Amino acid sequence: MPSEVRRVGQISRGCRGEPSRPIALGDCPASRERRDRANHYRCSMTSDSTPVLRIANVTKRFGLLVANDSISLELGKGEVVALLGENGAGKTTLMNILFGHYVADEGTVEAFGRMLPPGDPRAALGAGVGMVHQHFTLADNMTVLENIALGTQNPWSWRLDRSGARARIRQLATDFGLAVDPDRQIAALSVGERQRVEILKALYRDARVLILDEPTAVLTPLETEGLFRTLKMLVARGLSIIFISHKLNEVMAVSDRVLVLRGGRLAGERITADTTRQELAALMVGREVMSPPVAPVVRGGELLSLDDVSTAARAGGSALDHVSLRLHGGVITGLAGVSGNGQAALAALLAGALAPSAGTMRLAGAAVSDWSPRKALEGGIARIPEDRHAVGSIGDMSVAENVIAERYRSAQFSRHGFMDWKAARAFAEELIRDYDVKCPSPDARIRLLSGGNMQKLILGRALYPDPVVILANQPTRGLDVGAVAYVHRRLLEARGRGAAILLISEDLDEILALSDEVRVMFKGKISEPSPRGERSIQQLGELMAGHGMGEAADAA
Amino acid sequence: MIEAFEILFTASFWVAAIRIASPLIFATMGELICERAGVLNLGIEGIMVAGAFAGWLTVYLGGDLWTGVAIAAMAGAMFGLLHATLTVPLGLSQHVVGIGITLLATSLTYFTYRIVLPEVTSPPRIASFQPLPVPVLSEIPVLGPALFNQTPLTYLAFVTVGVVAWVLYRTPLGLAVRAAGENPSAVEAQGISVTAIRTGAVMAGSALMAVGGAFLTMSAFNSFFFEMINGRGWICIALVVFGSWRPGKALLGAILFAAFDAYQVRLQQITGGAVPYQLFLMMPFVLSILALVVMSRRAAYPKALMIPYQKGER
Amino acid sequence: MRLEPKPAPSLATMLAYPIGAMAATFVISSLLVLAAGASPFSVFGLVAKGAAGSQFALLETLTRATPLIFTGLAVAVAFRAKLWNIGAEAQLYAGAIITVVLGTGLLPLPAPILIPLIMVVAMAAGALVLLGPAILKTRFGVDEVVTTLLFNFIMLLFVSMLLEGVLKDPMGMGWPQSQRVIAEAQLPRLIPRTRLHLGFLIALVAAVAVWVIMKKTTLGYEMRAVGHNPEAARFAGIPVNHVLMKTALLSGGLAALAGFSEVAGLKGNLTLDLSPGFGYTGIVVAMLAMLNPLGVVLAAIFVAGIFVGADAMSRTAGVPSYIAQVMVATSLLTMVVAIMLTRFRVRWR
Repeated sequence: MPSEVRRVGQISRGCRGEPSRPIALGDCPASRERRDRANHYRCSMTSDSTPVLRIANVTKRFGLLVANDSISLELGKGEVVALLGENGAGKTTLMNILFGHYVADEGTVEAFGRMLPPGDPRAALGAGVGMVHQHFTLADNMTVLENIALGTQNPWSWRLDRSGARARIRQLATDFGLAVDPDRQIAALSVGERQRVEILKALYRDARVLILDEPTAVLTPLETEGLFRTLKMLVARGLSIIFISHKLNEVMAVSDRVLVLRGGRLAGERITADTTRQELAALMVGREVMSPPVAPVVRGGELLSLDDVSTAARAGGSALDHVSLRLHGGVITGLAGVSGNGQAALAALLAGALAPSAGTMRLAGAAVSDWSPRKALEGGIARIPEDRHAVGSIGDMSVAENVIAERYRSAQFSRHGFMDWKAARAFAEELIRDYDVKCPSPDARIRLLSGGNMQKLILGRALYPDPVVILANQPTRGLDVGAVAYVHRRLLEARGRGAAILLISEDLDEILALSDEVRVMFKGKISEPSPRGERSIQQLGELMAGHGMGEAADAA
Repeated sequence: MIEAFEILFTASFWVAAIRIASPLIFATMGELICERAGVLNLGIEGIMVAGAFAGWLTVYLGGDLWTGVAIAAMAGAMFGLLHATLTVPLGLSQHVVGIGITLLATSLTYFTYRIVLPEVTSPPRIASFQPLPVPVLSEIPVLGPALFNQTPLTYLAFVTVGVVAWVLYRTPLGLAVRAAGENPSAVEAQGISVTAIRTGAVMAGSALMAVGGAFLTMSAFNSFFFEMINGRGWICIALVVFGSWRPGKALLGAILFAAFDAYQVRLQQITGGAVPYQLFLMMPFVLSILALVVMSRRAAYPKALMIPYQKGER
Repeated sequence: MRLEPKPAPSLATMLAYPIGAMAATFVISSLLVLAAGASPFSVFGLVAKGAAGSQFALLETLTRATPLIFTGLAVAVAFRAKLWNIGAEAQLYAGAIITVVLGTGLLPLPAPILIPLIMVVAMAAGALVLLGPAILKTRFGVDEVVTTLLFNFIMLLFVSMLLEGVLKDPMGMGWPQSQRVIAEAQLPRLIPRTRLHLGFLIALVAAVAVWVIMKKTTLGYEMRAVGHNPEAARFAGIPVNHVLMKTALLSGGLAALAGFSEVAGLKGNLTLDLSPGFGYTGIVVAMLAMLNPLGVVLAAIFVAGIFVGADAMSRTAGVPSYIAQVMVATSLLTMVVAIMLTRFRVRWR
């Protein structure tokens, strides 16, 4: 690594000395950023020069796959380094090595000048490195205090020191503005509060380095701002931060330096002040990101409608609360929103897994009754589920057995209760060919396929023969760029054929690129639609945080 | 009818109820610890058989009674270790392994019994634990004898409930056990090994199950015979659900259950054969199923129960 | 230590691991034989001789395998759909009860009508016994392992009640046993003057039928899908609860045939010791067969051989015949490890 890069990297945000400015999504014109960074540079002389964390030439292989290929990273005191990369780029593997969950095949990890023994999860924690995982590592049935104190006291002690722990948590909470009641159960906390608990867990252990893995994925824009303020405060007190993300806006907003991972390799390293979103995007995906060409919309008839539909409450998100929605042929309706605001209920409703508890749902004009997945399929609804491993596929069954799962009872695949495996195999081969799936044979177990190839098969299964309505729930999550483009192309083709498409996505860029009209979901309600290009990211962000939703929902 | 009611006010009824409850309390606490850590231990029935035999054999071969209890606990812990090795790091089906442990522990016990006592036809006896009345307290009418004129093992059963509750809710170790059953990644993220916690919990729990079995041969009766556990282990699994995975409630469940069992024996004598005795004997099992059905809706079971955990998984 | 999924195993590994599991079982049991003061070689030699050393021994083994094939199939079918039926013992007795109720003269019908009729009703009874736990599972979320286990005890007490009550044999000198079934309800011997009866052939037919169901029918497809991933199956429109009910009916029915065949083919009447744990041993048989219906036949014969051989051995060598149960239990545990190793690789770092 060039030495000057390291020096610049040690710029501390803490020495800026200006009042903290709220940072919103998309609020980072490159020119102003660069000017700000230049100011930092002048005060960077005060930082001391040993890195707090040094990862050197780490390589990790899983069978033939090289998850990390000789990756090196240095983090200075008071520095914010962003680790940017797509899903599967190797970010999580690298962190798992740092935390001793995996053992690297080659390379070393050093914290504060001391080598960390491989494969020992306690080593990193003990050395003052804390991690906030994307999926919180909290026990829901225990209190904040219990979660924080877990593993910090002598396990053979006959008594848990609660009052000591409570006092310390209160102190930390005041010092860093992380207000949480130590005696509340985790189950009763909001997502933002849970994240604060995770940060407190690290601070409680005197962490000097904090690693945040996709910390904003579950937050509203408002909560994201709050998080960024907290991070500033931490840096001001001399902590160093690694910020893992695939969102360019956030990386530009919070980091001093960016490391880009692609396919397990270090694709590039940039000083944030000296780079642009476009450059980072190109580094991340290996080529310029291109929006798919979208033909003008040809609005067809109303194919599916919800009138004042509510659903029963279910675990893991809001229920639908008097939702009205119309899906027209040839139109892609994009549904934005922070996850947990009722998207799961809406998706389950369209998929047939959940029936309305009130209101009417019409399919091609006819009200539905006895709603079930089978009814949804018979009504011509294609479903692309959010979780392709747990819901979209049966990992231990073959490709052929998976692709017929939605219509094994049709005359095409069975007669008098007996399966026609020849026809099933032929169908699988057809999909493999048509959708360009890399797969050894229709008899291969589907869990051996990559995420992209699996998603292509699920897409093929759903889009066969020609569905009337398509529910695409996070259709590209975790896919590489090529597969994303492929899925987008197929969805646009279906739109061209006159299908009504509901696209649920947490990725605003995807929503904006594909949708003919955009709606936002908040606490089980849906906003009025806005045509392509009308609402800006900021306006959508406001809606996602619930501002202005009341009127919209009333009007609807 | 009046007679059937009067039973409830006799000291001998409550003495019997507490005696019947004691082995269930040990084994239920054992199962509760395992499940709180996320492991369903279906080896319970076999481990109780092994414990009953190991404790009895120790005394039969000249050992002291408390040594017998210790040996039984160790035997249980060994089967627990085998169970945990297969289900925790290897992540095998807890259903199949549990049944396998029960079959193995039972058959090994019977095999050993035949090796040690090749010729005997009627099971030999030992000098078992005798009641140890607590001065003054045991004089209280009805409840005195029931609670304070029992064998030391019964007192130990009640102490065990307190210790288990204290450890689970008041110590750092208990925190780790509960977290391992709720969200093991929370445990791993704080630098504690889930494998170690779960293995330890299953071993400790299995030791308690074995002591529950030993209660039968060393306190309730004074000899070992085949089929003596007779489904008690399975009933304890139902009791854990009934007690919503909480030691205090599980204790209450065990006593209620035992009281019912003691009651039906007395009711049998009153009805004098007008009702087939098998119907009475069925009641504990029917009751267990009913308890499961009633509790199933509101039970707050440990979220990670029966889900194997691998490091680095989230 | 970590487990990493392996690609699809070759036929060689599919066979090598189970054979390794059997070898491990023999090594472990050898230690017990040594502890009993005997030589493992001579003891296992005697077991083998007792199981298959003569025509008589072999036929005896096949006779003993017959109920195990039925209970093994019952468990294999249920476990395929992840319905944990540990209650084959109870379903077996349900089939046996029907056999003595209908077969002791209540229905004066000729054998070709009476026997199939009894089979159908017995299967229905066994199916109903498992339907209870299946409904509790799908409706209330009650774990079927515990309920099926508890049902075993209830059923045994119920049988005891019947044998001391309505089904008691008046000529039984006070023993708790039923009357003998009439000649028309008895399964004929396959070979005169041996104990091997038609039940064995019925078991083979059942194994082939179950194989066809699992491999070739929509029901088999549904059961496998539900067993592998119920959530994905439900999403794809497979009616998971219905499939579980059908699985329960099939599994319970198969287990009931074990009771039918033991009464009608071998014992002639119902007693409390009709089944020395055939229901539980069926779990081992099914796991040894890796839930393959045709494999169940081989596994049942293997397990039956151990039991029959160990009985013969203990009479001469003085090692308790419980060694058979120990071997069967050990093989269950070694086998689940072997199955896991065909799918995962253990990495120590």
